[in-house]
Amino acid sequence: MLLRHTPKEITERSALTINPAKTCQPIGAMYAALGIHGCLPHSHGSQGCCAYHRSTLTRHYKEPISAATSSFTEGSSVFGGQANLLQAINTIFTVYDPEIIAIHTTCLSETIGDDLPQIIKKSRDEGKTPAGKEVIGAPTPSYVGSHVTGFSNMVKAMADMAEPATRKNGKVNIIPGWVEPCDMEEIKRLAALIGVDITLFPDTSGVLNGPLNGEFSMFPKGGVTIAELKSCSAAIGTLALGEWCSADAARLLDSKHKVPCRVLDIPFGLKATDRFIDALRTVGGTVVPEEVSFERGQLVDLISDMHQYFYHKKVALAGDPDQLIALTEFLVSIDMCPVHIVTGTPGKRFEKRIKELTKDSPYPVNVRAKGDMFLLHQWIKNDPVDLLISNTYGKYIARDEDIPLVRFGFPILDRQGHQYFPTVGYKGGLRLLEKILSALLDRADRDAPEEKFELVY
Amino acid sequence: MGFAKKKVVQWDPVDIKAELLKKYPAKVARKRAKQIMINEAQENSPPPEIVANVRTIPGIITMRGCTYAGCKGVIMGPTSDIVNLVHGPIGCSFYAWLTRRNQTSASGDNNENFITYCMSTDMQDSDIIFGGEKKLAAAIQEAYDLFHPKAIAVFATCPVGLIGDDIHTVARNMKEKLGDCNVFAFSCEGYKGVSQSAGHHIANNQVFTHLVGKSDRPKTDRFKINLLGEYNIGGDGFEIDRILKKCGITNIATFSGNSTYDQFASANQADLSCVMCHRSINYVADMLEVKYGIPWIKVNFIGAQATAKSLRKIAGYFGDPELTARVEEVIAEEMPEVEATRLDVRPRTEGKTAMLFVGGSRAHHYQELFKEMGMKTIAAGYEFAHRDDYEGRRVLPDLKVDADSRNIEEIHVEPDPELYRPRKSAEEMQALTESGYEFKDYEGLNADMDEGTLVIDDLNQYEAEKLVEIYKPDLFCAGIKEKFSIQKLGIPMKQLHSYDSGGPYAGFRGAVNFYREIDRLVNSRVWGLMKAPWQENPELSATYVWE
Repeated sequence: MLLRHTPKEITERSALTINPAKTCQPIGAMYAALGIHGCLPHSHGSQGCCAYHRSTLTRHYKEPISAATSSFTEGSSVFGGQANLLQAINTIFTVYDPEIIAIHTTCLSETIGDDLPQIIKKSRDEGKTPAGKEVIGAPTPSYVGSHVTGFSNMVKAMADMAEPATRKNGKVNIIPGWVEPCDMEEIKRLAALIGVDITLFPDTSGVLNGPLNGEFSMFPKGGVTIAELKSCSAAIGTLALGEWCSADAARLLDSKHKVPCRVLDIPFGLKATDRFIDALRTVGGTVVPEEVSFERGQLVDLISDMHQYFYHKKVALAGDPDQLIALTEFLVSIDMCPVHIVTGTPGKRFEKRIKELTKDSPYPVNVRAKGDMFLLHQWIKNDPVDLLISNTYGKYIARDEDIPLVRFGFPILDRQGHQYFPTVGYKGGLRLLEKILSALLDRADRDAPEEKFELVY
Repeated sequence: MGFAKKKVVQWDPVDIKAELLKKYPAKVARKRAKQIMINEAQENSPPPEIVANVRTIPGIITMRGCTYAGCKGVIMGPTSDIVNLVHGPIGCSFYAWLTRRNQTSASGDNNENFITYCMSTDMQDSDIIFGGEKKLAAAIQEAYDLFHPKAIAVFATCPVGLIGDDIHTVARNMKEKLGDCNVFAFSCEGYKGVSQSAGHHIANNQVFTHLVGKSDRPKTDRFKINLLGEYNIGGDGFEIDRILKKCGITNIATFSGNSTYDQFASANQADLSCVMCHRSINYVADMLEVKYGIPWIKVNFIGAQATAKSLRKIAGYFGDPELTARVEEVIAEEMPEVEATRLDVRPRTEGKTAMLFVGGSRAHHYQELFKEMGMKTIAAGYEFAHRDDYEGRRVLPDLKVDADSRNIEEIHVEPDPELYRPRKSAEEMQALTESGYEFKDYEGLNADMDEGTLVIDDLNQYEAEKLVEIYKPDLFCAGIKEKFSIQKLGIPMKQLHSYDSGGPYAGFRGAVNFYREIDRLVNSRVWGLMKAPWQENPELSATYVWE
């Protein structure tokens, strides 16, 4: 028992977080920044922040993650990090020559109060930022929110690059939220099928799922371009997928550039995908082609084939708010019963949404924002489940409690393929269903006594 | 085979160095020039110096991490029965949660295993504004109430030092309040020092101060050693312990792979300290000698020959004929399998080239294994080492203390009035030394590298890519951050921090594992799959006829 010290009896903790269901803001900002073409993310803080974020992102995406750091010393912590950042900008443009540097702060530079916009301006004034190159910044204090907040803050900084537009360009902005590179690809494929010209940002497809062909480029072909970001103010509308990840950027474009926005759930599962497709064809003024309806029908077909195995099965979930909301809705729609749902990211609205989605559940439901996986484990000990869906860290709970595990979310450190096989859209729904059913039936096969071991399911 | 196709490039190392520096701003180039050294003997002058343990230039994509990573991640991370509580925003604790592959058998008194638990005070903005001491005290209490550990270690993160939380006083007060739990703290804010190395030092100092010598359990075995600087990545320590046990040698305490509270607390009872990773811990060996009278030697269990040599060296210290004979028996028993694998693999690895840029000792130790396989190391360097790790301990008196080292505490120790006990008489020590036995000696990496090879400190992504382009080595060794940028170039990359998913690589069985692993890496078919037929031969020059 690798989590043998976790007691069944739950005591409220006021100060101690154990086995978190979140991490800190900067890593989200780094991931988002990788979705800009020609961008080098920069961590304004100690070296360790950048090293940790690069390591974690590398282990999850199994791709090179280039990012620079201000390499704070004790001196810069006392006197401020301006000199380090100016030198860093100069070094980066000279040595690595990106199109854009996307700086995020850390708890260190936020605590000492470094003024990012002022330093970015100074760099431009002093010629350290060459003409034609861009530097953007996002405040990402690690002691506020979570990695999701950091992602959102960097996406907002991207939207803030939009320049005043005199006329609409007919495009639709889609902010996909923290999803895999293949999910971003899938969203672009669906939009193309529906015939809507979109700007997707961030867009890590082609950046973090690149080929092996004997060449390494620090700045791969993928990513939203600076020109696209600058003109996203000319879009006819914005679809923000996920309240936590994407809404702030969409609202900024709305208030600053009068680009109307709708905040939707990330299209995981049937209903969320329905709403996404419906919203997209409405804002784009197009007709949904038969191909998309066909894909939808395939997903419904698979649900009907599989739901005998799903009916009233209890599920525990840990992850990020936007993902868990869509996932909970999907699980309920296939007759499963999410009973314990935890995110580490704060937000009372999360608990409210989950309660609404599970209000007809035959079982009592535990939900907690600002929770942790230690609490989730205790809930499971008190009310066992048939399935756990979480990131890699769930494997310790799954092993101790002997529960099948489906890996979903961030980070996934011990399995591969998540960067290639989407879980958004109808096709992504097929993938989720396949993973869930395989986990349940592999377990049934493992546990079946000889006389009940079946060839045919 | 695309990029991996060999062209024999005869570059002069001087030109290569110039090539690496060419693109840098002048100031950066001047600094890096002192950290890139061509390994060559110089007539009538001392060997070339290398600058190490200095700041990384802001904006450079470095391999280095921070002081916290060195303290919590490396040194304290592998201990199983001490609760590690990180005082700071959530990230620092999250990233150090089970990510280093240090294995544990949880051999504490009650088989405690807290390694799977990630604990943090998860500081919020209100804690930054009003101070986090109360929250820290409450978190220590909650951890104690839940787990009843024998010790709780508290780690500072960047903002803690800035807002001035006095974690040492909180720890002291809580230790007093709890009564049966040793609570101590580490001021390992990430911005201190220039790399992980400062964190190793801070961690080891506190372990030495708060734990060593605190056990009241006498250790009565005959041949007792400490193993310093071994972190049980991929089970290395398990393999070394297996061999030591087989030889009849008792490992009292490993610092800190698979360690327990009692191991640290009993370290003063060993009769010899054996140092694996010189960088992370040589000062602890010195302190153990001064305070408790335990002599120390440098050992290396990476490589089968090196393992045999280290075992003989340990036996030589004790000078017991029975032990010496047993060690020879064990070596004779273990070597046939090692040799069989080595000879099987060698025709496929002979003459291949490797580059190693990792750690504070691994870039040196692993050259042993490559030599055994007939592979040549053409460039190497450390991520966070100091000059003595390159040039040997003879340069120690010349090391300059700069502003970044000055703020890392050096603790001064005296012989312990009760526990100091010389292990050998002055005459015995002298006799051993005169017979050629080397105490507290480390020659460093440069001495073992060939003439004309490159030794580079704090290599960064840009230089790594350049080196690989120019030399096209058969294998590159570094850490996870470097893995895929190298492999995209079609060059296999082996992680020598966390070993990818492999290990152990130490000891005899480790050597067998490593030979097989490197054989797989350098001979895998995947490196020949990178180009499609139409990319290999883009022009339709021949006449195609359907047959």
